[in-house]
Amino acid sequence: MDLATYRLLQDIGGKLALLGIGVAVFLAVVGLILFLADRAPKKARDKVQLAVFVAPALLLLLVGLVWPALQTAFTAFTDGRGTFTGFQNFVWMFTQPTIVTTLLNTVVWVVLVPALSTAIGLAYAVFIDKSHGEKILKSLVFLPMAISFVGAGIIWRFVYEYRSPGYEQIGILNQIIVWTGGEPQQFLINSPFNTLFLIVVMIWIQTGFAMVVLSAAIKGVPLEIVEAARLDGANSWRIFWNVTVPGIRSSLVVVVTTITIATLKVFDIVRTMTGGQYETSVVANEMYTQAFRLGEPGQGAALALVLFVMVLPIVIYNVRVMRKQKEVR
Amino acid sequence: MTTRTRRAALSVAGVAVAALALSACAPPTGPGGEEIDCTDYEAYGEPGGAVEVYATIQGVEADQLVESWAAYEFCTGTEIQYTGTQEFETQINVRVQGGDAPDLAIIPQPGLLQRVVGSGSVVAAPAEVESNVDEYWSESWKEYGTVDGTFYAAPLMASVKGYIWYSPNQFEELGVEVPTTWDELMTLTETLAEGNTDTYRPWCVGFGSGDATGWPGTDWIEDLVLRQSGPEAYDAWVAGELPFSSPEVTAAFDSAGEILRSADYVNGGYGGVESINSTTFNDGGLTILEDQCSLHHQASFYEAQWPEGTDVSENGDVWAFLTPPVNADDPASVTGGGEFVAAFNDEEATASLQAFLSSAEWANIRVGLGGVISANQGLDPANAGSEIGRQSIEILQGSDTVFRFDGSDLMPAAVGSASFFTELVNWIGGKDTAQTLSDIDATWP
Amino acid sequence: MATPIPDVSRKSARRTELGDRTPRTKTGRVKQQLTSKWATTAAIVIAVVWTLPTFGLLISSFRPESEVNSTGWWTIFSNPSFTLDNYTSVLVSSGASSASLGSYFVNSLVIAIPGTLIPLGLALMAAYAFAWIPFKGSGPLFVTVFALQIVPLQMALIPLLQIFTNMGINGSFIGVWIAHAIFGLPLATFLLHNFISEIPGDVIEAARVDGASHTQIFTRIIVPLSLPAIASIGIFQFLWVWNDLLVALVFSGGTADVAPLTQRLAELSGSRGSDWHLLTAGAFVSLVVPLIVFFGLQRFFVRGLLAGSTKG
Repeated sequence: MDLATYRLLQDIGGKLALLGIGVAVFLAVVGLILFLADRAPKKARDKVQLAVFVAPALLLLLVGLVWPALQTAFTAFTDGRGTFTGFQNFVWMFTQPTIVTTLLNTVVWVVLVPALSTAIGLAYAVFIDKSHGEKILKSLVFLPMAISFVGAGIIWRFVYEYRSPGYEQIGILNQIIVWTGGEPQQFLINSPFNTLFLIVVMIWIQTGFAMVVLSAAIKGVPLEIVEAARLDGANSWRIFWNVTVPGIRSSLVVVVTTITIATLKVFDIVRTMTGGQYETSVVANEMYTQAFRLGEPGQGAALALVLFVMVLPIVIYNVRVMRKQKEVR
Repeated sequence: MTTRTRRAALSVAGVAVAALALSACAPPTGPGGEEIDCTDYEAYGEPGGAVEVYATIQGVEADQLVESWAAYEFCTGTEIQYTGTQEFETQINVRVQGGDAPDLAIIPQPGLLQRVVGSGSVVAAPAEVESNVDEYWSESWKEYGTVDGTFYAAPLMASVKGYIWYSPNQFEELGVEVPTTWDELMTLTETLAEGNTDTYRPWCVGFGSGDATGWPGTDWIEDLVLRQSGPEAYDAWVAGELPFSSPEVTAAFDSAGEILRSADYVNGGYGGVESINSTTFNDGGLTILEDQCSLHHQASFYEAQWPEGTDVSENGDVWAFLTPPVNADDPASVTGGGEFVAAFNDEEATASLQAFLSSAEWANIRVGLGGVISANQGLDPANAGSEIGRQSIEILQGSDTVFRFDGSDLMPAAVGSASFFTELVNWIGGKDTAQTLSDIDATWP
Repeated sequence: MATPIPDVSRKSARRTELGDRTPRTKTGRVKQQLTSKWATTAAIVIAVVWTLPTFGLLISSFRPESEVNSTGWWTIFSNPSFTLDNYTSVLVSSGASSASLGSYFVNSLVIAIPGTLIPLGLALMAAYAFAWIPFKGSGPLFVTVFALQIVPLQMALIPLLQIFTNMGINGSFIGVWIAHAIFGLPLATFLLHNFISEIPGDVIEAARVDGASHTQIFTRIIVPLSLPAIASIGIFQFLWVWNDLLVALVFSGGTADVAPLTQRLAELSGSRGSDWHLLTAGAFVSLVVPLIVFFGLQRFFVRGLLAGSTKG
């Protein structure tokens, strides 16, 4: 074994040891706290135990999310260097053509991704339900969920790869166009359709999630209702709309919500595929660019605040659904 | 220990480990295998400790950088932890704002340096560094490292922009000459275009560079503004006094557009005008070697992009001439770029390394390892690893050359790192010139 | 403890298991109608379209450099060629300043495992408290935790970085672990709460009457009964951490000692954007662990996610 290999192994060993120690320390601390809470004096025991159970999570959230969110909300009304500027960052946002494009792109993303992922996922779930090889067919579509956005970006850049007419194509999509007698396209560069080709990547990733959740929900729709509808003479299409869809409504809400939030936060896909160039930027990417690359924390924070406002209705809706469910229970 | 080469030790994951390994054993040896003589390093003291250097430089160039200070590390007992990342331009802001600044940062643009200095965490350069810079650099280079009258950052490496790469062999076969004026260049382009095939075009261009796509285009515009309208207009433009929509800058766009937006002149080996944006700047000129194109506009550092074994010489596979002036008797003028070393604390080890990096000794060691050049006046051009390098050093050191720093690197970030790039990309895509220019002007803060 | 354990886990497992083919009380006949020829065709088209991009990547990663960059991967069927060189060059080779992918691979593991366990453990405890320890303000507090999902990561980076710097844990694995724990908590707490609150109240009441403390109920009833949910949410959190780029970018300090695979891959994608032989192999290396986790544990995948949402 040469020295370089030896050192590499040593380095790996050290890191794995760190991993072991980290996990062990965490488990030991949690165990110890739980044990001590159990031994607390009888009178205060319930209170101590409540504190032990919720405090660590709440503390981390307070420090890691609540406080930063407040700080960012404040920064949005400054120039990022401590001078209060009122609504100037927001005026800037809606008067800069590139930022307006960014905002519009985000709207397109947030409309198309949840709608199409859910629709395709649901259709697929219905189509393959009870078919031979359902398990494999499910795995194939679910697989992209396991792939990182960065990896997906590489995979799809390879699909969209462009060579000029007359050269041999190495991207499958342009090759198909050439085979059918068309001109190869620069999918990621030609605005405004390039945004759609980025959206395809996100749909590719999210459809599997929608499909798996909805498939499970469909299997939970009681057979008796379906049979009753059939006896009433309803056809498959009507049964799907009048029985299956209402039966899986709450699952649909979960799916659409989760995908919508993920879409609003999308950053890696845009960053690895176009870097936000060619009018493809979205808010989550632009706020990173403004705050860190261009050194304008105030403008970045203002964009973050806009993102926050965009997600707010979805969360409010979900909270109301959650409240209702609690009342039912 | 004899089988162990320094290279092997350095290839271990993480430079920190490598540095430890180095300081723990026998003295390192120079490139020729000779023992290191520490007397050269006495001036830097023996501060010990560790210094973190953070930069954009990666790959082979980073290996050479690490090699350039190996002897310094051995003699001063300082451990240098080098991190090179492509995300530098964003991460340096994140780290500074998060209170986690490195000891030294090698900042590739004066504009970025100004923003980082504006955050208040950069310390003024120590006296030894300032005296080194006064001794070895021209007044204007010192000026780029100065913000609001305080000198912060010494220049490090440099590059000369505006070279046009071509193949001497190909030129000889075609019976054409290197042009000496812009008009001759256009005539040459026209002549070459007579040989157009399905794939051959006179020029090959690549603007692609991730989220900075478009920057090679800024070099075209800067070269033309400087040559057509002179240094005063150039300075006014960079300072924001002369808008993009002015006749001077418009003329530069028009001249560049005659080449860049002509389907007859671009993009050899890659396709039509639209392929400029999708071709990466690294690949941009490589089709010269396949006889698919004849001319490629890119800085001196493009030399490192040619595949191993390419004969880069006046009569070889590739060579370069400077973008010619408008009139043959105009003063020689070039644009160029460079890096600056900023310190975030005034600890002894940091200051010592900073002084070393600003010295002529370091410049000679680093340039001797190949691939880069510096504007350091104490640099012996003969140390350059290549003819282009030697020529570029002479241009940078020459007093009769009008030198101007890369304009987009000096402009406010909203323009110089954002709208100038993106609008050039749109302009290549066919956007109207006047509209392009007024859209850039609208983003000037 | 002799408390009879009700059949909650089996109940939820039955209706949510991935690839469950047994026709129990299901809508079998209706589906048969819907699953017409067209539906089958559509399903196959979707399956092919969804698989092809990954398949092309896999094939390309085994093709020699010159061919990857000049001809399409589909030509391999007429002109087969195979090499492991691409993997060798991304996994082993390295310079003085950059480590090989192999080293980043280890970093990813060291980040992802605690980055999954820590938020999972804390979320489980919090979820139990929200579900079964009645206290004042429990409802609004839980809603707040859920709502925190909307805080964009980017908003939290700098303030958190300042705190970490003050604590001196920035650029270390500990910092990355804590960051992932924070960002994973809202969703994990929400989903685990949905599952845990479905555990029948009489079980817990019976234990309380027997004099069991919250700690005992938690460790002896809640944790064992929640295992399916823990597994499924754990897998999601693991994939999320493994695939993350932004948190790593900021909290790992970017050094080869701590940075994960995704960061290196993103750099390759930027700096070597047209070296497809390296990119394809590199991307596939980063896929291996998620794929193993995915195929090995897929039957746990959706159980916990669905609790409380499939009632209709």
